[in-house]
Amino acid sequence: MALPRPCGDFKRSWEADEAVFPTAFSRGALAAFLLLLGLAPLAAGDFWLYLLNLCGIALVGAQGLNILTGFTGQISLGHGAFVGVGGYTVGILATRLNVNPVVALLAAGVAAALVGLLFGLPSLRIKGFYLAMATLAAQFILEYLFMRAAPLTGGAQGLFVERPALAGLAIDSDAKFFYLIMTVAALATAGARNLLRTDVGRCFVAIRDRDIAAELIGVNLFAYKLLAFALSSFFAGLAGGLLAYYVQAINPQGFTVLLSVDYLAMIIIGGLGSVLGATFGAVFITLLPELLKLAIDAVGGWLPIENIFPALREIIFGLLIVLFLLREPEGLAKLWWDVKAYWKLWPFAY
Amino acid sequence: MRFFLQLLVTGVALGSIYALIALGFVLIYKSTRIINFAQGELVLIGAFTAFAFLSQAGLPPALALPLTIVVAVVLGFTVERLLLRPMLGEPVIAVIMVTLGLAGILKGSARAIWGSVNRPFPDIFPALSLTLFGVGIPGPFLWGCLIAGVCLVAFTLFFRFSGWGVMMRAAANHQAAALSVGIDVRRVFALSWAIAAAVAALGGVLLGAINVIDMNLGAIGLKVFPVVILGGLDSIPGAILGGLIIGVLENLSGGFIEPWVGGGVKAVAPFVALLLILLIRPYGLFGTREIERL
Repeated sequence: MALPRPCGDFKRSWEADEAVFPTAFSRGALAAFLLLLGLAPLAAGDFWLYLLNLCGIALVGAQGLNILTGFTGQISLGHGAFVGVGGYTVGILATRLNVNPVVALLAAGVAAALVGLLFGLPSLRIKGFYLAMATLAAQFILEYLFMRAAPLTGGAQGLFVERPALAGLAIDSDAKFFYLIMTVAALATAGARNLLRTDVGRCFVAIRDRDIAAELIGVNLFAYKLLAFALSSFFAGLAGGLLAYYVQAINPQGFTVLLSVDYLAMIIIGGLGSVLGATFGAVFITLLPELLKLAIDAVGGWLPIENIFPALREIIFGLLIVLFLLREPEGLAKLWWDVKAYWKLWPFAY
Repeated sequence: MRFFLQLLVTGVALGSIYALIALGFVLIYKSTRIINFAQGELVLIGAFTAFAFLSQAGLPPALALPLTIVVAVVLGFTVERLLLRPMLGEPVIAVIMVTLGLAGILKGSARAIWGSVNRPFPDIFPALSLTLFGVGIPGPFLWGCLIAGVCLVAFTLFFRFSGWGVMMRAAANHQAAALSVGIDVRRVFALSWAIAAAVAALGGVLLGAINVIDMNLGAIGLKVFPVVILGGLDSIPGAILGGLIIGVLENLSGGFIEPWVGGGVKAVAPFVALLLILLIRPYGLFGTREIERL
């Protein structure tokens, strides 16, 4: 399924051939995209900026889950709770100890990674559905702790988080948050993409494709499975930390199994094991309810469907997942690929 | 001691309903190797369909219950044909995700039709009471035990003696071999979904008889997982025994641990047990131990 190479674009070294952005055009497109993204706060209203920020946060978490489920093939139904661990870490550090935001965010990542490591231990013995069950148990146990460790987590009310200040600059508006979130999101995406090209990433993929065979060629399953859990949860923790700072209030209702399912839906609708796909998926799943709401407002005048909105969201969400899996199992990334391949040869596609 | 017995007996009764719902799950897994995350939503749809026939249409139970079962069977066939059959042979995660999507569709549809309010379920089971070790068991629980017991015996006999039961076991055992001796594996799959949906609907009706029904009824689908992991994914006696154990465990932890550490223990205890079982004996009490070769 290789994309046709552009005409006259020859490579003379392995490095050039393996580049993420191999042509001048793709590098230009990336620069243009980053520039446009950087200018977005000037053009977008508060509402759209808010949505973009949520997309960015979801993207960080989705890249994390993609490392675990997409690259390494370990199913996790506990990702939402790992995001929650990050959120609560920031909440506790920021409200109780007034820690520097950068330190707090990193601590959120590390705390989530440690918890992920602990709940990743069963993956050494079990896989597939059984692992999904173990992570589901992790989800419920962590939810219980969020709720019941009230002196630390604030119980059902949760915690209130102050907006952070970086080097004297208070990050107190959607636009300022936008730059913080997008920086982290860009780093996370670049990190995930490059991870795939390192020896660690290749070990992950080997484990996904056939774990016994991977072990036979010398991949240390013990180390790499746990590493995948730790890395994935680190991303989740970062996402949770950003979320805590951004929405300023965290409580157990925000990190239920539904969030875990949302994250799984992101990487599956995007295209499992594809960094670009996780990006598409995160944006798509985050925007879906908002776009649905807009669409329903638009037709709401004619049809009495306003009061069944939550029901409609559930139905459409379920339908989309099912349709994608039945019709386009490789997700949005594959669609993007097809479109690109079509235009590469247009109008002489024969 | 009396308190302990009370918890034990009601735990067994509650567990029998878990067992009934887990039975449907195991049935699907046993013959199709599909992990059904929508079992709870099948329960939800079953309970509300019964509610619609009984309360909204005002039919007598003798007519409403068979109609509910018919609706569930049709639903099971439809779901299998439209969603699950194209997924045969796909990776586990894709199949899990399809059933999660199905759960969303079913739950959303139920919410769109019946709304998010509590619905009182009509009293349809004749009053029945039994006193065991000086502990009174409420009627609906007793009916749950009875119906679960009847289903267990019926399914055991079905798998042991009927032609379809043997075909389902053959298809579960080795799909290609079953095909080669002329078993219509697709029909076997459809049948197992239909039966699972019917059993789920029965479970829904029983749950309705115990309590009011609302949109959270589907959450019981998640409780099935500790049950089937404990019993063994592909074992019907395992589902029954697992259901009883998890029901008792839930009640005992609710009764004895919750006063010390606060609420929520009851809900999380089965999942702690699940994690321990996975670490010690992943294939459960009666499950088939999978041996993997390269």
